Amino acid sequence: MTNNWPLLSIVTFLPLLGALFVLSIRGEAAIVARNARNVALLTSLATFLLSLLIWVNFDSNSADFQMIDQARWLPGYSIVYKMGVDGISLFFVLLSTFLTPLCVIASWRSITVRVREYMVAFLVLETLMVGMFCALDFVVFYMFFEGVLIPMFLIIGIWGGQRRVYAAFKFFLYTLLGSVLMLLAILQIYVVTDTFDIPTALNYDKFPETMQTWLWLAFFASFAVKVPMWPVHTWLPDAHVEAPTAGSVILAGVLLKMGGYGFIRFSLPMLPAATLQFTPLIYGLSIVAIIYTSLVALAQQDMKKLIAYSSVAHMGIVTMGIFTVTSEGLQGAMFQMLSHGVVSAALFLCVGVVYDRLHTREIARYGGLVHNMPKYAFCFMVFTLASIGLPGTSGFVGEFLALIGAFGRNTWVAFLATTGVILSAAYMLYLYRRIVFEKITKEDVRAMLDLHWREVVVFAPMLAVVLWMGIYPSSFLKPMQPTLARVMDRVSHQAASNGDATPQLQLAQH
Amino acid sequence: MSTSVVPDFFPVLPEMFLGVAAMGLLLLGAFRGERSASLVSWLSIAALVVAMGLVLHVGGSRQISLEGMFITDGYGAFMKVLAIAGSALSVLLALDYNRRRGIARFEYPVLILLATAGMMMMISAHDFIALYLGLELQSLALYVVASFERDSLRSTEAGLKYFVLGALASGMMLFGISLIYGFSGATNFESLQHAIQGGDAAHSVGIVFGIVFIVVGLAFKVSAVPFHMWTPDVYEGAPTPVTAFFSVAPKVAAIALFVRVMLDPFHGLTSDWWQVIWAISVASMILGALAAITQRNIKRLMAYSSIGHMGYALMGLATGTDPGVSAILFYMVIYVIMNVGTFAAILCMRRNGKMVEEIADLSGLARTQPALAAAIGVFMFSLAGIPPLAGFLAKFYIFLAAIDARYYGLAIIGVVTSVVGAYYYLRIVKVMFFDEPAPAFDRPAGPVLGTVLTLTALLVLLFFVYPAPIADSAKAAAATLFAG
Repeated sequence: MTNNWPLLSIVTFLPLLGALFVLSIRGEAAIVARNARNVALLTSLATFLLSLLIWVNFDSNSADFQMIDQARWLPGYSIVYKMGVDGISLFFVLLSTFLTPLCVIASWRSITVRVREYMVAFLVLETLMVGMFCALDFVVFYMFFEGVLIPMFLIIGIWGGQRRVYAAFKFFLYTLLGSVLMLLAILQIYVVTDTFDIPTALNYDKFPETMQTWLWLAFFASFAVKVPMWPVHTWLPDAHVEAPTAGSVILAGVLLKMGGYGFIRFSLPMLPAATLQFTPLIYGLSIVAIIYTSLVALAQQDMKKLIAYSSVAHMGIVTMGIFTVTSEGLQGAMFQMLSHGVVSAALFLCVGVVYDRLHTREIARYGGLVHNMPKYAFCFMVFTLASIGLPGTSGFVGEFLALIGAFGRNTWVAFLATTGVILSAAYMLYLYRRIVFEKITKEDVRAMLDLHWREVVVFAPMLAVVLWMGIYPSSFLKPMQPTLARVMDRVSHQAASNGDATPQLQLAQH
Repeated sequence: MSTSVVPDFFPVLPEMFLGVAAMGLLLLGAFRGERSASLVSWLSIAALVVAMGLVLHVGGSRQISLEGMFITDGYGAFMKVLAIAGSALSVLLALDYNRRRGIARFEYPVLILLATAGMMMMISAHDFIALYLGLELQSLALYVVASFERDSLRSTEAGLKYFVLGALASGMMLFGISLIYGFSGATNFESLQHAIQGGDAAHSVGIVFGIVFIVVGLAFKVSAVPFHMWTPDVYEGAPTPVTAFFSVAPKVAAIALFVRVMLDPFHGLTSDWWQVIWAISVASMILGALAAITQRNIKRLMAYSSIGHMGYALMGLATGTDPGVSAILFYMVIYVIMNVGTFAAILCMRRNGKMVEEIADLSGLARTQPALAAAIGVFMFSLAGIPPLAGFLAKFYIFLAAIDARYYGLAIIGVVTSVVGAYYYLRIVKVMFFDEPAPAFDRPAGPVLGTVLTLTALLVLLFFVYPAPIADSAKAAAATLFAG
């Protein structure tokens, strides 16, 4: 029944419709704010429920794009509005629609100024995120990809902290610089293949090697900033620290995944020769990111900064996993991205909970929360352990698979990456101890109340998802397998045809 | 060539109509005195609309008339419609402003009409003599409107500066034309094309020198670096509606002329002139991006912004290809919409009856006037070229043309400068949305201004929904330039 609906387009543009509705609300400030919150929540919940239909209707045995919507847009230049999902994008769409209603609830009380604009920004952001993951035309993709910058810039700049202007500009300009280079690569692909159609470009075999190198680098410039990879990660701590809680949630939960998504979607299948050529570079940067940023995280005094650096380290495991181009590595990377999307989002929300009460992010100002906030301590603990990668939580599956993949390719890379796991246990447990355990020494901390029911509503689904992903990962891994297998085929086919031409891969296989 | 004694005037109908209308309105104004300003303005707008209708009536078929002096084709029709629309909007924007400043004189719309007639002549010129006549008709009218607020020191200074430098540029261009004539024996585009392709005058140093001088003159008119110095001063000094006018219609005409001259008579010499255009384009993009960063006056900022934008448009010309030209046409449409909108917004910046022009005056506008702030925000993001706004599609086609013609360096410089440029557009967004509010502007802004602002903002915001008509007609129009 639902197969005839343009389901993806509905899921993509429903939040936009909600945003228009929110904009049209008139009246007294308090009433406008209340209605804006309600409309935003209802819209994003409806979007989430509809997006579940995508999962239900998804054929897990197919590697092809499914539920394709198509419409003429710019026929003169063969630019088509085309949407579709496959095993790679399916769960990112769900992640976006899952996190947005939680963001709305989390901002219920903490945002008090310009509530209407805030909700509009989040709904527009949701449309852009979902659209980006579904787009099957390069121009459509790029519009969503870069359009995300506008609402995020405003969210950081208007509702952010002390140095919000600096952080907003840094975020915007860094990402823009990366993505304009990708735009040129997209144009070059059009000139060569004569189409902006993504599936066609993904199966195009005749990019010359030197061109692949340049195209790969242009895509890399964009995705590396988004992931972010060391050394272009410096916008991330600033943006995370200054953004409002829900802004950090979306940043960490979804926007960072755009980079990893881009690597898997474009770089690997479309430019396999260049992918093999640059694998050592990615390994190197990933290892530096894992070890260096973990050490940096260990030294942080600011909770949000610590989690921001931990994000860079976790995303390092993702990029490493992707470029192992093994079935385990790719699945691990995908899973790690989804897990990190939920876990880091939850951790930022945990920070938001105490920030709303004490208005400081300084770790030393807290301590002993377990005594007066037991429910909070429990939630925080589960997410901390998930972030470390404890078996039974979502973090374990992703990290474990990615590391297996790396072991298959290069033992040293795997060895160094594993130290990151240890370091992550160090900084996360250290953080947890300083905030939650020990005695309460400060009066204002003693006065803090435990989780409000609204906060419980936010954390409960996240807890459930984290445990579900940890205990029964197959429901997530199975739908992505066929597509990932095809991606892997594209690259290994190239490796086979290269023969001795790519010594680094040969070396890695021994 | 036509053999009849009376030449075929049909293709020139729109220009003739505008000229006659301008003179008629001048008489009307002179007889009815100072109070007729508003009437003459509305009649001029009507005349412009009629002229636009005539342009469409004449149509886009390629016709050469007036002894080879005048050409009509799809390309010309496209640019003419655009220039006329820009002029009409400028008259509209000036209505309230001039009345409030006590400079509501009937000469203003008449001068705009004359300038527009000149522009149409420029766009349709098929001979250097016709080109020069059109250019001067336009320029002389522009010099006068620049100093239209004659009691203001800044305005008269702007007019004088524009006149002196403009005359110099015209002189340079005339010198170039005479060189061309001396070395090829022709001023007609078609004969020139034959002379150059025939071999006689091909790659002769004199011709190349002539081209360079002509490029200097044209670069001045489009305010491309290094002939841009007049732009910030004139933009700042001239009354705001005049600045709005300067930033759209004459730019459209000058770019149209630039493209036609380079690609019609001198098409055979592309290998000789592309480096010049390349350098001008790169210099304009870089200067436009860097110099605007430190500006505090929003009109000056828009001046540098338009320098940068001309750099992008010239990027399309440097490619010298069909996609390049269609990208220019597309770019100019979006550019006109964005600029008219932005200047309409600047005209709303009025506090206690006085115009304010500092960027700091926009402080916290999102709190005091959210709708106006949202509109300016849309224009700024669009000028910066951020999708999904119209400005992105404009840049998109330009870059596509550059990549298609393998101008990778140009394209990379272009995208990098657009990131630098994004900084100063964002700064305005930052001032409006992130800073603490300054006192509110006077309200209401007036029905005309409000309508123009709303329409342009919606166009820029929603352009991506259905861009096909403009994109396709630009493509068709560009094709006619290469058909001849």
